[in-house]
Amino acid sequence: MNNNKVELDQQLSETVGKPLINGTPKITCRDVNVFYNQDSQAIFDVNVDLAKNQILAMIGPSGCGKSTLLRCLNRMNDTIDGCSITGKISLDGEDIYSNDIDPVLLRAKVGMVFQKPNPFPKSIYDNVAYGPRLHGIATNNSELDDVVEESLIKAGLWKETKDRLNKPGTGLSGGQQQRLCIARTIAVRPDVILMDEPTSALDPIATATIEELMHELKSSYTIAVVTHSMQQAARISDRCSYFHLGRLVEVNDTNIVFTNPEHELTENYITGRFG
Amino acid sequence: MNNIEIVQKGLKKRYAKERRFKAYGVFSIIISLSFLAFLLFDIALKAAPAFTQTYIKLDIDFSHKVLRINEKSSYTKDELFELPYHKLPSKSLYQLFPGIENRKQKKALRKLVSSGVRYNLRNMVIKNSKLIGTSKSIWVLADDDIDSLVKGLIDRNIPEADRRVKDFQIAWIDKLQLENRVESRFNINFFTSGDSREPEQAGILGALKGSLYTMLITLLLSFPIGVAAAVYLEEFAHKNNWLVDMIEVNINNLAAVPSIVFGILGLAVYINLFGVPRSAPLAGGLVLGLMTLPIIIITTRAAIKSVPPSIREAALGLGASKMQVIIHHVLPLSMPGILTGSIIGMAQALGETAPLLMIGMVAFVADIPQGFFDPSTVLPVQIYIWSDSPERSFIALTSAAIIMLLVFLFLMNLLAIILRKKFETRW
Ligand SMILES: Nc1ncnc2c1ncn2[C@@H]1O[C@H](COP(=O)(O)OP(=O)(O)OP(=O)(O)O)[C@@H](O)[C@H]1O
Ligand SMILES: [Mg+2]
Repeated sequence: MNNNKVELDQQLSETVGKPLINGTPKITCRDVNVFYNQDSQAIFDVNVDLAKNQILAMIGPSGCGKSTLLRCLNRMNDTIDGCSITGKISLDGEDIYSNDIDPVLLRAKVGMVFQKPNPFPKSIYDNVAYGPRLHGIATNNSELDDVVEESLIKAGLWKETKDRLNKPGTGLSGGQQQRLCIARTIAVRPDVILMDEPTSALDPIATATIEELMHELKSSYTIAVVTHSMQQAARISDRCSYFHLGRLVEVNDTNIVFTNPEHELTENYITGRFG
Repeated sequence: MNNIEIVQKGLKKRYAKERRFKAYGVFSIIISLSFLAFLLFDIALKAAPAFTQTYIKLDIDFSHKVLRINEKSSYTKDELFELPYHKLPSKSLYQLFPGIENRKQKKALRKLVSSGVRYNLRNMVIKNSKLIGTSKSIWVLADDDIDSLVKGLIDRNIPEADRRVKDFQIAWIDKLQLENRVESRFNINFFTSGDSREPEQAGILGALKGSLYTMLITLLLSFPIGVAAAVYLEEFAHKNNWLVDMIEVNINNLAAVPSIVFGILGLAVYINLFGVPRSAPLAGGLVLGLMTLPIIIITTRAAIKSVPPSIREAALGLGASKMQVIIHHVLPLSMPGILTGSIIGMAQALGETAPLLMIGMVAFVADIPQGFFDPSTVLPVQIYIWSDSPERSFIALTSAAIIMLLVFLFLMNLLAIILRKKFETRW
């Protein structure tokens, strides 16, 4: 048992593949450690780059810290009591944990879509308009209407909802709600979109809609997506990262990870031999 | 025996249990509803006589001679105030029943009408001094015992000595009734006057206004402070901080403190230290507000806690500040719970008398309060005072006052329900 652990530590000591990219990354993580309370560490020494206009998929077994790392990228972990982070995360070269960064502004630049659809108990229109109103993006009502329409079109929800914008967003189906949440996020016009298992509650058709959407969004946004579906990661991502027990085991171009993984753990996981 | 058979065997027992459980519930509801129905029915029955009053038609002679005033083109208010108005109804009664010489009987005759009639007449004359020198038929209020007699609440068959109304009085009233000089009217007095020692003159308006002013102060003090404190404790204060824990324990304790203790506190702090006027709705409202505060804090915290974290995360993720998350989402979503808690606290405060004892609001107050600083009393105190009064007409008034308290409570609840409906959302 003890032997096993030492072995595992050795196996996990260094991220293999290509964690850093050539050119200017959108987001960089350097030596990131995350702690819940003093004694429980969830993320160990993660180094990774997110390239502009690309999708980075994050895969790995449950509890390995994917959500934790994702939530560090827009400082959502600030709201959890006792959560602390060391190392450096930069957005466009700027340390997002430095004192002159306002987390509110950061979250306007780095939007997030959560695992469980969480529309506000308000109308569809108000859901999408909430962010623009908050930040004063639209100056008058017709501009706001345009932003809402554009966001709903981008999220592929316009056709279904254009006649019921005043109906509550909570009255939509699960897949529609998730697309509403995506529309709400892109209405703020962020640079980066973080998605935590956005399709885990959806049927294949709704999943396909959202995957298509991600594909389209890629041209204007940088996207990080956590997923449990290997096929999904293979279909949509440009680069793929594999996490294990809080460590980043391997990152590389998606086709390399899935056709020719360097690390044994990665191979075991993607071939379904994990556990 | 296979599995299905085992399940089937137990099934009957399970359903029987379920039926029994349901029956207990229905039984409890019936019991509590019947108690409530009995209570309401009893109160309504007892209160019914209080909503009508007996009036007697008298021909009042406002001549200068009777009023002992010289003929003038106009009179000052002071002059009119001093006139011997008490003679007006007496003289009219003597004329209706001439030939009564016995002093005791004369007194009994005068007592057919309320002793407050003279003030009503005075107000009439002050309002319209042209009445002086004329004579007019006027419906005046009957005495409370006569009122009871006319309403049939006094048994004519019991011996005269045991009766508040004597035989000759009964004869007079019967005669007046034959002459169509007796009439039962809606008791408008009850809704327009303050308290009085005479049941027929006593009204609820003073206590109603007192309660209204007191509740306003209570609400203004406890609602904003309670909600703000709860928001701070729930959203901003650090968890697991000993000071926060101490505050929490103390708030829970305060909610359980006997209400009279708040009265003592109010006396020491508000009245003795800050010089808030005694017996005033301001003092009462502050004391009751203090009492309501912990209830509102506790229920508001529970309501805030029940707002799903996913909603907070959604707003934060879009770049809302903590303040915006609270104002835009947390408070609106917890508002139904906050309102329910506040209404429970306010309803409790509305029915309190004990804390008001210490600050002088449990008192006989005849004047209707005109503001937050006038001496006044509140509805439960009025009920208590009336229920403690010996005259039989106060029995009906007590029940009528209880109905007013219930109506007040009902309106408060209605307001809360309307507000709650506005905020209620599903997710
Ligand atoms: N709020 C928290 N407080 C304390 N520990 C936490 C908290 N959130 C997560 N953890 C711990 O951190 C570790 C990583 O959790 P995380 O949610 O990041 O996993 P995940 O990879 O997203 O798993 P899943 O695929 O099941 O969503 C887990 O061991 C978890 O128990
Ligand atoms: Mg997760």
